[in-house]
Amino acid sequence: MALLTVKDLTLAYDKKIVLDGLNFSVDAGDYLCIAGENGTGKSTLMKTILGLNPSGGGEIIFGEGLKRNEIGYLPQQTDLQKDFPASVFEVVLSGRLSAIGSKPFYGKNDKEIARENIERMGMEEFINVSYRNLSGGQQQRVLLARALCATEKMLMLDEPVSGLDPGATAEMYAFIEKVNEDGVTVIMISHDLKQATHFASHILKLGENEFFGTKQEYLAQQRGLLMGGDR
Amino acid sequence: MSQLIEYLQYPFVIYALVVGVLIALCSSLFGVTLVLKRFSFIGDGLSHVAFGALAVAGVLKLANQMILILPVTALCAVLLLKTGQNTKIKGDAALAMISVAALAFGYLIMNVFSTSSNLSGDVCTTLFGSTSILTLTMQDVVMSMVLSIVVIIIFILMYNRLFAVTFDEDFAKATGLRAELYNLMIAIVIAVIIVIAMSLVGALLISALVVFPALSAMRLYSSFKSVTICAAILSVICTFAGIIISIMAGTPVGATIVAVQALVFGICALLGKIR
Repeated sequence: MALLTVKDLTLAYDKKIVLDGLNFSVDAGDYLCIAGENGTGKSTLMKTILGLNPSGGGEIIFGEGLKRNEIGYLPQQTDLQKDFPASVFEVVLSGRLSAIGSKPFYGKNDKEIARENIERMGMEEFINVSYRNLSGGQQQRVLLARALCATEKMLMLDEPVSGLDPGATAEMYAFIEKVNEDGVTVIMISHDLKQATHFASHILKLGENEFFGTKQEYLAQQRGLLMGGDR
Repeated sequence: MSQLIEYLQYPFVIYALVVGVLIALCSSLFGVTLVLKRFSFIGDGLSHVAFGALAVAGVLKLANQMILILPVTALCAVLLLKTGQNTKIKGDAALAMISVAALAFGYLIMNVFSTSSNLSGDVCTTLFGSTSILTLTMQDVVMSMVLSIVVIIIFILMYNRLFAVTFDEDFAKATGLRAELYNLMIAIVIAVIIVIAMSLVGALLISALVVFPALSAMRLYSSFKSVTICAAILSVICTFAGIIISIMAGTPVGATIVAVQALVFGICALLGKIR
């Protein structure tokens, strides 16, 4: 059974239907890239799967014992975070929130996991540095470490490289690939389809020429479209 | 100095200091969240609502005015948070509307129904605080203490979740946290703080108690925990100093506390720049 199955899903944003009849599934270990123009419902899809946005109909089925709150989420950054006083450790530790259930405080184990994930992202020397003093790429690595604290199974990344310079972008992609190789399923929204297809195993394209399949199928279809255009 | 020691022997001075310090502690703790969530103005708006409710309670000659003021203010807090999210009237406009209307109705009601011979004095007292902090009864003190301690316990138990909801609401929700519930709780706690703080600094000056310590602490520290602790300490010191100065110099309590807060903010901003 797939880790995540989306059946005939209708996406609604502000009570307006953005997209309907969406079908796709994600297996453990996949690296799915969601692409599409602005306004095609990429972020809405992610939020609907996570339960942050009400679904307009259809089914979202989690398999292999995955629970909705065990997905590590990396949302788009908000303005509010730019001058937020919080240390890297505090931010990453907050990823353990779902793990502590109804307990008020984090335990030793939670702190250990937070530290491990900070190291995993190569941020250990910044552990007590304030989040607001980091570069854009470092901030994204911190948020990735936080997302990893919440999951061992599935990550959902909403444009993790937006606003980063080419160097930081390449670095971020490399970290995501490493995490995927460790066995974590990755679902990522990306503007930059060329870069993303380099790493992804599957492609979901929303909007015009809607598509879902493996990267090879997508590339073959693209070639087909180009040929068709030549005639 | 000897004069100060003499003053400290009066129970009413001790009461004022105890209540003042507790209020300062509560307001600064939640102030950090409020400032970071960009909700500072809600504190201000709610204080106007509390003023309106106080006027109505006065006219109704309620023996315990809290019974009316507390629920009305809490209700408005909830409404304001809701409007911030998904209605036609945007949050800031709704806030301006409610706070001005409450102020106007409050003053109107006091004017029409008041039997007091010194109306403007009464209004001034509720807006800018009064010597009422120095005329607290044992019952007032106990009430403020109980409410303050409850607020502080709630803060400590909620601390980690409060941080998560403040830093990144979407992420917090994705981990299964019921963010709306926490926002609601924050709104109600803020309403409680404002109502108890009204007796200290008056309706118009409350938001200073909420906003200044957090902003001062943010100039100096850069982790959530250190900002929270620093805000609490600054707030307690400023309030303590403000009350003492006002007693010694005969200045209005509320205004003196806020003036001290503003001064400390200036110093913190300067220190932050130097570092």
